Amino acid sequence: MTALVPRRGLAQILALVVILAVDRMVSPQFFDLRLQDGRLFGSIIDVLNRGTPVALLSLGMVLVIATRGIDLSVGAVMAICGAIAASLADSHGLPVVLAAALGAGLVCGLWNGFLVAVLGMQPIVATLILMVAGRGIAQLITEGRIVTFSSPDLVWLGNGAILGVPVPIAIALGMLILTGAMVRGSALGLLIEATGGNARASELAGVGTRAMILAVYVWCGVCAALAGVIAAADIMGADANNAGLWLELDAILAVVIGGTSLFGGRFSLVLAVLGALIIQTMNTGILLSGYPPEFNLLVKAMVVLAVLLLQSPKLSGFAGIMARLRRTKP
Amino acid sequence: MTFKALFAASATAALLLAVPANAAELTVGFSQIGSESGWRAAETSVSKQEATKRKVNLKIADAQQKQENQIKAIRSFIAQNVDAIFLAPVVSTGWDSVLKEAKEAKIPVVLLDRDIDPSGKDLYLTAVTSDSVHEGAVAGDWLAKTVGDKACNIVELQGTVGASVAANRKKGFDTAIAKHANLKVVRSQTGDFTRAKGKEVMESFIKAEGGGKNICAVYAHNDDMMVGAIQAMKEAGLKPGKDILTVSIDAVPDIFKAMVAGEADATVELTPNMAGPAFDAVAAFKEKGTVPPKWIQTESRLLTAADDPQKEYDSKKGLGY
Repeated sequence: MTALVPRRGLAQILALVVILAVDRMVSPQFFDLRLQDGRLFGSIIDVLNRGTPVALLSLGMVLVIATRGIDLSVGAVMAICGAIAASLADSHGLPVVLAAALGAGLVCGLWNGFLVAVLGMQPIVATLILMVAGRGIAQLITEGRIVTFSSPDLVWLGNGAILGVPVPIAIALGMLILTGAMVRGSALGLLIEATGGNARASELAGVGTRAMILAVYVWCGVCAALAGVIAAADIMGADANNAGLWLELDAILAVVIGGTSLFGGRFSLVLAVLGALIIQTMNTGILLSGYPPEFNLLVKAMVVLAVLLLQSPKLSGFAGIMARLRRTKP
Repeated sequence: MTFKALFAASATAALLLAVPANAAELTVGFSQIGSESGWRAAETSVSKQEATKRKVNLKIADAQQKQENQIKAIRSFIAQNVDAIFLAPVVSTGWDSVLKEAKEAKIPVVLLDRDIDPSGKDLYLTAVTSDSVHEGAVAGDWLAKTVGDKACNIVELQGTVGASVAANRKKGFDTAIAKHANLKVVRSQTGDFTRAKGKEVMESFIKAEGGGKNICAVYAHNDDMMVGAIQAMKEAGLKPGKDILTVSIDAVPDIFKAMVAGEADATVELTPNMAGPAFDAVAAFKEKGTVPPKWIQTESRLLTAADDPQKEYDSKKGLGY
C-alpha cells in the first residue's frame, strides 16, 4: 500500500475528504447511488465520470512533468482525436475508429517529443505550437461544425457500463493500472525520474534520456487521444471549438496538486489522478451548490490555493518551527 | 474527403461570385467577420441565397476575425464603386474614418448582426440585428402559455458569464416570467454555450432536484447546451419533452432532430437571414430614396414540435451550421 500511496499523499487525501464533506453539506444526496438502465447513477459517479478526461490527461502529463517538461497541447490533441473519431464513427467499425484516433494522438506526441528531445526546444514553446495549430487542424477536420454520429459502439465508450460502472471510469482505471505497471513494474519510472532530476548526469550514467523524453510525450499524446475520444463519445459529437478547451491547465493543476514538482524528478501517478478527482469533486460541488455562476472561478481558485498551501514545504516548515517553539517554552 | 468537400464548397462560392455583372441590378460588397461558428457559416450561405434570389451581385470578403482586413475590404469595395456595402463588424469601435470614406463616395453602409459605437450613428444607413432580450422574452412567453396555471420549477442553463447575449437572453426571459407567480427559476448555472458543459450542469441539476422530479422545464440560452441537457435527462431515465419541457434559442438543425424524436419542445430562431432585409432596405433607398429606420429588428420566430421540425431540419442542415 505504501508503494502505491506514499506517505506524502496525506495532504491530498485530507483535501479530498474535506471537499467531499463540503459537497455532502451543500447537497445531502451526494452519496446516494442507484442503478439506472444498468448503470450506476449518483453525484459521486458524476465526479468520477466527469473527472475522467482530466485524469487521463494527468496520467500522461505527470510523466512529461517528471522529465522537467510540460505539454500544453493536450487539449488541442483531444479536439483533433475526437474530431477524427466522430468523422469515422458512422462509416467504420470501432477498432478502425480507435486505431485512427489513438494513432493521431501518437503522431502528435511524436511531434512534440521530436521538437523537445531531438531539436532541444523549450517544452513550453514546443508544445505551444501544437496547442495553437491543433485546434485549427480539428476545425479543418470538422469544417467548423459539430460533427455528430450515432454509431452505438462509439456511444457505448461514453455512455455504456461494465457491471454498472460507466465505461469512461473503467477506461481511466485501466489506464492507471497499465501506466503504473509500465513505469513502476520496471525501471522505466526510475529512468524518467533520473532524466528529470539531472538530464546531463543521467546521460553520462548511460540513461537514454532522449528516448525517455520522446516516450513520455508519445504516451501523453495517446492519453490525450483517449480522453478526446471519450469526450466526443459522451456528447455523441465532436465540438472542435470547445473539446478539451483549457483542460491542459486542469491537467497541469492535477499533477501539481498531486505533489509532483514542475522542476521534474519524483512523481506519483496515483496522486496525479487523485489531483484530478479533487478538481472534479470541487467542480461538481460548485454545480450542486446553487451559487450564482459568477462565483465558480473564485471558489475554485480559493480551494486550489488552500490545497497547495497544505502541501507547501515553507508553510509546514513554519508550522514545525511554531511547534518546536511551543515545546521549548516552560 | 474533408478537403474535397472544402474544395467543392469554395468552387460553388466562386461560381456564385462569378454571376455576370450585367444580369445584376445591384452590386453589393459584404465584409463578413469569418466563419467562427456554425451560425456565421449559415449567415454567409443564406446571404448568397438571398442575393441570387434578388439577382444581386454579392461580393463576400472573409476578414478572418481581423478589423484591419475588414477596413481593407471596405476600401476595396469603395474603389470598385459598389452600390452598397454590408458590414458584420468584428468590434464596435474604430470604424469612423473608413465609414466617412464610404459616405464621401455616397455608398450606403448596412450593418449586419452587430451594432457599432454610437458616435458613428450617422455614418451608416441602418443596422439589421436581432434583439436578444426579445428572444429571451419569446421563450419565456411560450413557457408561461404552455404551463398555464400550474406551479412550475424552471432550471436555466446560462451562456458564458460576461457575454452580453447571455445577459440579454436571461433578462428577457426573467421579465417575461416575472408576470407569472407560478413560474420560478430554481437553479441557474453557466453551461458556457457548449454541449459538454450543458450536459454536465444538467446532470447536477437533476441530482440536486430530487432526481429531476422537481423540475418542470429547462430553459437554455442556446440549442447546443439543450442538446447536451437532453442527453443528461435521458441517461437519468427522464423523458425530455414530456416529463420536462424544453425551450432554447438559436434554432440549429440538431434541435429539430430532437423535436422530431419528441425530445425537445420549442426553440426561438436567431435567423441567419440578416442580408435579406438589408437588400430590401438598400433597394428601396436606391430606387425611391426611402430612408429606413436606424435599426431593423429581425424576426425571432418561435418554432415548436407542431411546426414541422423535419422540414426545418432539412432546410437548415445544408447551410453550414
